[in-house]
Amino acid sequence: MPKLTIDDRTIEVPAGTTVIQAAEKLGIYIPRYCYHPGLSIAGSCRMCLVEVEKAPKLQIACYTFVTDGMVVRTTTEKVTIARQAILEFLLANHPLDCPVCDQAGECKLQEFYMQFGQYDSTLLENKLKKHKAMPIGPHIMLDSERCILCSRCVRFVDEVTKTHELGIFNRGDHSELLPVKGVTVDNAYSGCLADVCPVGALTDRDFRFKVRVWYLDKTESVCHGCARGCNIEIHSNRRRTHHNDGRLIARLKPRFNGEVNHHWMCDTGRYSYKSIESDDRLVQPLVRLTGKGQEKSDWTLALAQIDEQVTHQVGRSGVAAAAVIATPALSNEELWAARGLFLQGMKIEKIAHRCTPDPNGVEDSLLRKTDTFPNSFGANLIIGQPHTADPTVDTILEAAAAGKIKTMFVIGGGLLERYSTDLLREKLRNVETLIAIQTHRSVLTEMATVALPMTSFAEMDGSICNFEGRVQRYNQAMPPVGQSRPLLDTLADLANRWELKTAPRQPENCFAELAQNAGYFAGLSYETLGDGGVNPSRRSATAATT
Amino acid sequence: MLKLATRNIGLENSHTLAVARANGAYSRLEKALAMAPEAIVEDVIKSNLRGLGGAGFPAGRKWSFLPKDSPKPRYLVVNGDEGEPGTVKDKYIMIHDPHLLIEGIIITCYAIRSHKAFIYIRGEYDLPIERMERAIAEAKDAGILGERVMGRDFALDIVVHRGAGAYICGEETSLLESLEGKRGWPRLKPPFPAVEGYQRCPTVVNNVETLSYVPFVIEMGGQAFADLGCERNGGLRMYSISGRVNKPGIYELPMGTPLRQIIYDYAGGITDGRRLKAVIPGGSSCPILTADEIDVPMDFDSLAKIGSMLGSAGIIVFDETVSLPEALLVLTRFYAHESCGQCTPCREGTAWMAKIIQRIIDGLGRPGDADNLIRVARNVLGNTICPLGDAAAMPVMSWVTKFRPEFEEWIRRGRPVSESPVPVTRIGERLERAAV
Repeated sequence: MPKLTIDDRTIEVPAGTTVIQAAEKLGIYIPRYCYHPGLSIAGSCRMCLVEVEKAPKLQIACYTFVTDGMVVRTTTEKVTIARQAILEFLLANHPLDCPVCDQAGECKLQEFYMQFGQYDSTLLENKLKKHKAMPIGPHIMLDSERCILCSRCVRFVDEVTKTHELGIFNRGDHSELLPVKGVTVDNAYSGCLADVCPVGALTDRDFRFKVRVWYLDKTESVCHGCARGCNIEIHSNRRRTHHNDGRLIARLKPRFNGEVNHHWMCDTGRYSYKSIESDDRLVQPLVRLTGKGQEKSDWTLALAQIDEQVTHQVGRSGVAAAAVIATPALSNEELWAARGLFLQGMKIEKIAHRCTPDPNGVEDSLLRKTDTFPNSFGANLIIGQPHTADPTVDTILEAAAAGKIKTMFVIGGGLLERYSTDLLREKLRNVETLIAIQTHRSVLTEMATVALPMTSFAEMDGSICNFEGRVQRYNQAMPPVGQSRPLLDTLADLANRWELKTAPRQPENCFAELAQNAGYFAGLSYETLGDGGVNPSRRSATAATT
Repeated sequence: MLKLATRNIGLENSHTLAVARANGAYSRLEKALAMAPEAIVEDVIKSNLRGLGGAGFPAGRKWSFLPKDSPKPRYLVVNGDEGEPGTVKDKYIMIHDPHLLIEGIIITCYAIRSHKAFIYIRGEYDLPIERMERAIAEAKDAGILGERVMGRDFALDIVVHRGAGAYICGEETSLLESLEGKRGWPRLKPPFPAVEGYQRCPTVVNNVETLSYVPFVIEMGGQAFADLGCERNGGLRMYSISGRVNKPGIYELPMGTPLRQIIYDYAGGITDGRRLKAVIPGGSSCPILTADEIDVPMDFDSLAKIGSMLGSAGIIVFDETVSLPEALLVLTRFYAHESCGQCTPCREGTAWMAKIIQRIIDGLGRPGDADNLIRVARNVLGNTICPLGDAAAMPVMSWVTKFRPEFEEWIRRGRPVSESPVPVTRIGERLERAAV
C-alpha cells in the first residue's frame, strides 16, 4: 500500500485512494465544493488545490491519486492564496444575500470564507443577473445567482436517480444551472438535491424560511417510511418554538450509512415527518362508557376502564375470543413487550402482525421498498414465531366479522393505509371491547371502547430491523405529543394491573431482555448497535467463515 | 525557397485529386506502406516534428504512447478546429491541398494501426469542410481510402465532423467530448487521450498542419527533415502573420527563423513605415514581445526561454499607433466569451479581467487596477482544468507588465495616450468608421 505524507504526517492507504480521502483519514479537512463522496469526480471547483512535491502546479486533492512517497502540503502560502483566489472567484458573481438566504448557517461559502478566505475583496465590477426563486419541482427551489456551478446536482440526477432533469447551460460566467426545458424536477429523491447543494442555490421548498438552521437540534434516527430503514437525522426546533409554525420537527435529513442508504433518502420518507405533529394525532385517551358516547378522558380512568372492560369481556367470552393486532410499525421493544403481555401473560393466541401489502408501496433499484412497514423483519422474529395459529391481520378481521372475536387490541399504525375505513368499520362491528392504542385518530379510535394515544418514533428510543435484518437504533427527538405515552409504559401499566410479568419500561433495558431471550438479537445491546446498526445474519455469516 | 506543405498552393485546382497526384500526392504513401509501422514512428521521432497546433509536443513520441496491448480499437483524431486568434494555416491546407492532409492521415493511421480517423473542423470553415469532404470522396473512389488502401491489406475510413463554434473544442479533450456528441467540456487528465480518448479508446489527436508534414518526413527521411529546422524543432512550419505589416499572410519557413526576419524580410515591414510597438509571436494566448525582443528564433524552445511561446505561430504585429489596452480588451472579451465555464478560476477570472479592462477603457479606471489585473490573472494561471485559463491569463500578465505605463496612463487620464507623434487609432473608432 502506498505511504504518503500530508502536512508532515505519514499515512498508508490503499492504492486508488485520492489525496482528499487520505487527508480525511488523518483528520485533515481539505475544503471542497464539487467533490462529493457519493458522486463521480468533477474536479471543477478547484477549491481543494494542494501542493504536491515535485508537481510544478497545485494539484486538486479530489483527483490526485496517492503514490508511494508522495509529499502533500495543505497549509502553505501558495495553497492559502489559491483557496482565497477560488473563493474570490466564486463570490465574484454571487449576490452575497446571506441575510435573506435560507442556506445561511450551513453554507459552504460562508464556512470556507471564515476558515480559508478572510481576504479583502477587490471586486469593483457589477454582478450578473440570473434566475431567482425559481421552483423547479415540487420540493426544490432554484436560485441561479447563488449557484457556484459545482455540478453536484447535475451529477446526482445523472448518476444516482438517472433522471437527467438538470443541466448547465451557456458558457463562461453566463453558465447557469437550469432544469432541462419543459422538465420538472420531480424524481422520487429530489429532496436530496438540497442536501448535495453546498450553497443556497437549491433549497428545500418545504423547509425554507421555517427556521434558521443554527436553532436546530439534531437527533440520530431511522426513517420509518419503509422497510429500508434509511439512517436519518431529525432536525428539531426546540429553541425557537414560535418559528416553524409552532412545530418541533423542522425537517429530516439523510445520515450516511454505507450499508443502508449511503447519502440519500427518498422524498416520501423525507416529508413523512409531517404526520408526527399533524392535527389528526390522538392527543388524549378516549373512553366509551356504557350507555354513553365516546368521551375524552384521562390516563387513570382510561387504564381502569381497560382493566374492567377487558377483564369482564375475557371472563365472559373466553380468551379464545380475544385477539391482538400489533403492526410492524412498532419497534422491536414494543413488539417484545406486547408479546410478553398478550401471548405469555394473558395467553391470547391470536396475535397478528402480517397485513395485506400497502397498495402505495413502491420499489426501485435505489432505496424504496414495497413494504412500507419499517419493522416487518422484527415483527416476524418476535411475534410471528412458530405458532400453530400464526394468524394474520386478515384472518383476525374475518374472525371478528364472523363474531368470533369479542375482545380486540389494535396497536400501532399502518392499518389505514392497507384497509379502507369502511372495511374496518364493517369488520370490527361485532367486536365488543375494542382497545385501540394508536398515534393517530382514525376509525379504530372512533370505534374503540378505550383509545390510548401512543408516541411515534420521533418521541421515544427504539430499534427496528430493516428488510435485510439489520437492527438499527433510533432516538427520541422530541417530547411526546399531547398526552401520548410510550407504549412500553402503557403495556407495563396494564401488566401491573393484571399482576402479570412486565417488560422493562426503558427501551434500552427492554432491548437487553429481548437480546437475552431471542436468539437473533443475542449479544446485541444499544451500545453495540451504535449509530449505524448491526446485521446479525451477516455477522453469523462472517463468523462461520472465520 | 523550399516549400513543403504549401508547395501546391497556388496551382490551379490544387484541391483536386488529379492535380494533387500529378504533384506528388500519395507517392509518399506508397513508400510508407512498404515500411513497417514501427519504422515510420521511429522516423517521425527522428524528424523532430512537433505538435504544430500549439503545444509543440513531439508527434512521434505522442504516437508511441499508445498502449501496445489494448484490445480496443485505436483512433486518429485530426484537430482542424483552428480557433486561436491570429492563426489561419490549417484552413489553407484544407482548402488548397486536402489530399496532402489525407495522405498524412493515412500514413499516420498505418503507423499507429488505426482504421478510423476523424477530422474535426471548425464550424465556421465552410469551404475547408466542403473541400475535405469532396477530397475524401475522391480518394475513396480512387481506392486510396476504404477497405483496401492502395490495394493493400489495410482498411481506413475518414469521417469529417463539423464543430459548432466553440474555441474550447480546439482543446483536445473537449474536442473528443464534442466528437462524442457531448458538451465540449475539457476532461480531467489523466487518462490522456493516448490511453483513453475517443469513446474511451486509445486515440492520437494531432493538428492538421502536423499531419500535413508527415508525408514529407517519409519523402526525405526523418533526419533530413529534422535538419531543415533547428535543434529539437524539425522541418518547416507555416507562420501566419497579421496586423500592421505590409504583406500579411502565411509564410512557410524553417523552424527557428528569427522573428525580425519574418516581420521585416518576408512580411515587408511595418505599415506606412511606422515603428514596431509589440508582437504576439504565436497566437493571442502567447505572452507579448516588445519591439526589442524580436531577434528571437521562432521555435518552441527559444520562445519558451524568453518567457513566451511559439504556439500556433500566429504572429500579430502592433505598430506604435495601436492602443494596447483596447487591443487587450478585444482579447480578454474573447476569452471570457469562450471560457467553457466548467472550472471556477477560468469561468469567473476571464470575465472579471474583461470587466476591469472594459472599465479602464470606459474611463473609470482606479489606481489599483493594473496590479489587480495581474493578481487576478496570476490566480487563474495554472489553477484550471485545461489551458484556456492560462491562455487568457498570460496575455493579461505580459501586456500589463510590459506596457504598464500605457495602462497606467489610461487609468489615470481615462483616455488613450501616445508617445509617438502619430495619433493613436482607437479600435472602436476604426470599427465605427468602417460601419459608416
